[in-house]
Amino acid sequence: MFRHLNWTVVVASAFSAGLASNALAATELSWWHAMTGANNEVVDKLAKEFNDSQSAYKVVPVFKGTYPETLNAGIAAFRSKQAPAILQVFDAGSGVMLGAEGAMLPVADVLKKGGFEFNKDQYLPGIVAYYSKADGTMLSFPYNSSSPILYYNKDAFTKAGLDADKPPKTWPEVFDAAKKIKASGASACGFTSTWLTWIQTENFAAWNNVPYGTNENGLAGLDVELKIDAPLFVQHFQAIADLAKDGTFRYGGRTSEAKQLFMSGECAILTESSGGLGDIIKSGLNYGIGQLPYYEGNGPQNTIPGGASLWVFGGKSDDEYKGIAEFFNFLSKTEIQARLHQVSGYLPVTLAAYEETKKSGFYEKNPGRETPILQMMGKAPTENSKGVRLVNLPQVRDILNEEFEAMLAGQKDAQAALTEGTKKANAAIAAAIGN
Amino acid sequence: MQPVVFPNKILPYLLLAPQIVLTVVFFFWPASQALYQSVLREDPFGLKSGFVGLANFRAVLSNPDYLHSLKVTVVFSLSTALLSMAVALLLATAADRVVRGKNIYRTLLIWPYAVAPAVAGMLWLFMFNPAMGTFAYMLRRNGVAWDPLLNGDQAMALVIVAAAWKQISYNFLFFVAGLQAIPKSLIEAASIDGARGARRFWTIVFPLLAPTTFFLLVVNTVYAFFDTFGIIHAVTGGGPAKATETLVYKVYNDGFVNLNLGSSAAQSVILMVIVVALTAFQFRFVEKRVHYS
Repeated sequence: MFRHLNWTVVVASAFSAGLASNALAATELSWWHAMTGANNEVVDKLAKEFNDSQSAYKVVPVFKGTYPETLNAGIAAFRSKQAPAILQVFDAGSGVMLGAEGAMLPVADVLKKGGFEFNKDQYLPGIVAYYSKADGTMLSFPYNSSSPILYYNKDAFTKAGLDADKPPKTWPEVFDAAKKIKASGASACGFTSTWLTWIQTENFAAWNNVPYGTNENGLAGLDVELKIDAPLFVQHFQAIADLAKDGTFRYGGRTSEAKQLFMSGECAILTESSGGLGDIIKSGLNYGIGQLPYYEGNGPQNTIPGGASLWVFGGKSDDEYKGIAEFFNFLSKTEIQARLHQVSGYLPVTLAAYEETKKSGFYEKNPGRETPILQMMGKAPTENSKGVRLVNLPQVRDILNEEFEAMLAGQKDAQAALTEGTKKANAAIAAAIGN
Repeated sequence: MQPVVFPNKILPYLLLAPQIVLTVVFFFWPASQALYQSVLREDPFGLKSGFVGLANFRAVLSNPDYLHSLKVTVVFSLSTALLSMAVALLLATAADRVVRGKNIYRTLLIWPYAVAPAVAGMLWLFMFNPAMGTFAYMLRRNGVAWDPLLNGDQAMALVIVAAAWKQISYNFLFFVAGLQAIPKSLIEAASIDGARGARRFWTIVFPLLAPTTFFLLVVNTVYAFFDTFGIIHAVTGGGPAKATETLVYKVYNDGFVNLNLGSSAAQSVILMVIVVALTAFQFRFVEKRVHYS
């Protein structure tokens, strides 16, 4: 009897507790993201810290697959009027989001709705430029930004008789080093690169201060024609194609697959995102870090950020916007940003977080970790180096990748590949903005 | 034959209803959506859309990439169907002769069918990926320039083998059943007349298997057309340079990666027409020549 009564009490109290918590329920804000592994843990931890810090809002992170899959999930959700509060969109998807006029609320407006003042000067200029409209309105919140750098295998350098403390600075130096490494047998392949589109065309153009396309590479307007069939690109890609013939350069794939070739010791030089650092540290390789190479007389200018930013959909309630604003304000806090930068290898988004990291002596202990920031911040961006924004950049990247693959397979030379790629990409851009 | 008449006028419709509902919801409704989308031009977010008539179809059909994709699909489907059927037939005749442990062999050979296409793709990718594959490493060490990331023919061979491998079990099962249905007396009679193994196979067994072979040809072609998306997605992603981009993969790629919904929908409508035509052709003309005992 007592036992029975006890159960009733338990059930009743549990029920009333449920009711009570319902009455006080926090506004839920879903955050769709594409972060895996260690980066996923960071996302969960940030959401938890934010949720614990206040009780009015609850950020719920949801993993939605790869970057393109997350973007597509967000678009599909918007079409069926089920859009999440916050959507993480990768660099190449920024133009797609921007094309959806009215579907998005600029991050500055979101913060204003939450009663915060949005001060652009707090953020790293390169990142602000990349995520802003031509009139200076910042559109999305830069969550994880990275920049391409050069990694090299110190053991292979020593074996090939190269100076293991001096990474090659220019592209001709990289090609020479790669040939020496291959010829000496220090490793089976001299040089490889991840993301040929992002690193060897988009960042290549910015870093060497040559146009990738018209209209400030798309930042000044949607109507863009690619300019990557210019002589500097042709020269660069022909050099890579020539190295590919005898295996001095090896192709890994369209995204970050080539990292494997470097970590397995097969290739001695790699250009890859600074975000790939974690895996390379884990591989236990005796590696060094250098700046992204350039061509003498052109670069170095500044690199453009990769990674992803957080977008906010339009048509939400004021309460939700207030919550999102609180969360973004939380994310911009110096200690959060500094920690994010130091654990994940992504760039700090605010200047204060950068200063804080500098002061803590982190860069002295971890040489090379400042390189991607210095690359991006070294010089004020020119019209060639603010970024690349196309309404269909993912599609354009695919078109170019196909041409690069045909070129590296020896089916055509660099001139033909880049001319054809530019032509096809321009047609695709024209079709996309004709929508 | 007397026509069956149900006394109850509503009951037959009620009994049919579940099947009709399923067909409408999962076939007619999506198909009608595809038809509707195929005459629209729309931005990815669906904010602006306009009727463009047959412009999407014109654009697709005049695109050399589409014709290329058609060629890729034909090569891929035929190779996959023939390879998996040939290997399955070989294994089935071999398993038919085994006396001891027959059931174990048969059971083991059926296993790969339970593997999901994407997983099958990953398996082959892990073996033959130039960066980390064991077999890729062995091939290269033996002087084969193995690089399916750049060599389109090698990439094609890899997806064909992976797709065929997965389907062997299914074909094997049907061939074993088909072989069991052939009367032993025919084969014994041929043996007495002095026909050797190969001759017995080609003059007696193979023709009598024709109904099974025909059925499998249809099933395998449809499989290669539609069910191999997962394998291609996992192994090559349609690359290098579109070398393995089949029609189905192109529908996905244009719709979900390039966000060109109108073109993607137009392509799926064309695909529907192709498949209807192909099936009709197979049943009307090819089936007539098949010898049903």
